[in-house]
Amino acid sequence: MDSPGSQPAALTLRNVTKRFNGASGPLTALEDISIDVREGEFLVLVGPSGCGKSTLLSLLAGLELPDEGEIRLADSPVRGPGRDRLVMFQQDALFPWLNVLENVTFGLRLKPGLTDDERRESARHYLQLVGLGNKELARPHELSGGMRQRVALARSLAPNPRVLLMDEPFSALDALTRDQLYGDIQEIFTKRRKTIVLVTHNIREAVCLGDRVVLLSPHPGRVREVFEIDLPRPRRINDPALAALAARVTESLASHLTKGALE
Amino acid sequence: MSLPRPVIPTVLAVLMLGCWEWAVRSGRVDELFFPAPSHVVEWCWDGLLNGELLSATWVTVRRLALGFLIGVVLGFPLGALCARVRWINDTLGIIALGLQTLPSVCWVPLALLWFGPEESAVVFVVVMGTLWAVLVAVRESVLNVEPLYLRAAQTMGSGGVHLWTQVVLPAALPGVISGMKQGWAFAWRSLMAAEIFVVILSGFGLGSLLHAGRELLRMEQVMGVMGVIMLVGFLADLAFFSPVERWLRRSRGLER
Repeated sequence: MDSPGSQPAALTLRNVTKRFNGASGPLTALEDISIDVREGEFLVLVGPSGCGKSTLLSLLAGLELPDEGEIRLADSPVRGPGRDRLVMFQQDALFPWLNVLENVTFGLRLKPGLTDDERRESARHYLQLVGLGNKELARPHELSGGMRQRVALARSLAPNPRVLLMDEPFSALDALTRDQLYGDIQEIFTKRRKTIVLVTHNIREAVCLGDRVVLLSPHPGRVREVFEIDLPRPRRINDPALAALAARVTESLASHLTKGALE
Repeated sequence: MSLPRPVIPTVLAVLMLGCWEWAVRSGRVDELFFPAPSHVVEWCWDGLLNGELLSATWVTVRRLALGFLIGVVLGFPLGALCARVRWINDTLGIIALGLQTLPSVCWVPLALLWFGPEESAVVFVVVMGTLWAVLVAVRESVLNVEPLYLRAAQTMGSGGVHLWTQVVLPAALPGVISGMKQGWAFAWRSLMAAEIFVVILSGFGLGSLLHAGRELLRMEQVMGVMGVIMLVGFLADLAFFSPVERWLRRSRGLER
């Protein structure tokens, strides 16, 4: 899966393997994963539970290190967490002791070379971008789940990371809020051309958001197939063309799962 | 039309005190065993006027504040260390857990031997009451910090001292405060026990005053001192712990 020569890779994974010590001996979570994430690309990793997709995201974030292989951000190897790769988690992970503005400013405060005013301005800008400009002083607990996840999005966008990593950030939300957020994310993505890697088990969500969808199969996690999604944006989750594509991905996944069971 | 909220408790209190007063005055209860409330109040008033009560309260509160402060200042970093460093937790952490269950008045004989019947002996007993409770509470709260907060902070570039001051401590704060409250309660009890148990020459505290009341068979004094002890504990709660806890709960959405 090499990227076309014209587009430089933002993130490169080469033969990445990750093992864990399970209750019944060592467990291979990911085996020989090689992926290039292009600059400005929305890449989605999709697969059933146990395919190691969340582990893969932790590796990209630098929260864990691979046992074999290498992960590079542009030219430098990933050796730990860093501001250039911010993460949106499944739960919003907002700090309850800070208000909304302070939460968004948290990452900015760690970024050198900015004045406090610039930090505040930047935080306000991103809060407005996610439609929460009027909630600056609210505490996280005063917001709905969807709003909290929006604040989390603003928090990860504000320090202007090179790559935005998303670990199933929509899975704990109700369907209506989720559809709305799909729209918001796509709008922000087309406006800002940020490199995004999203992990999900929802195939429709994957097809709706991704430029490319990487299908992983479990036990151990391996790359099975890569789908280029060239539907025009903004895409709507209920679009029939999108549903047809999602059906293809689902079929492919099913065939890999039965093959896996027979092997 | 409903009555204002303070009316019912006031009426009940007056009624209860009235019954008590009447029971003593009419000779149904022996004054020696159970003095009338008016006598207790009278003793407190005299004690206030001649300065005896105030000076005893001051001596006790000073010991308590000093011992509590030392206990918190020591317990805080030690608890954090226990949470962070394995071998410290395996040694100090286990000792702390054991000593926390020991009523700190048990330290009195050793404290007297080590420090003599001095102020430092009482303060030591108070420290032993506070320290372990605070240490254990800080350790538990730090270990129970939601790992997701740490991961989120780390990806944003936080680490080391910044991670501790900006994430670990704020996240652990509710547990730390309840640990301090427990430490305070232990310190208060151990101080009273120590003051009743031994006469410390360097100062005459509330516990000593209570003990003197016993020796003089003046139960109004004993009851008066008991009242003051409750009042001090109540005021400490009202002035510090309650507001802090309410603020924590409100700002984090655990109470409206």
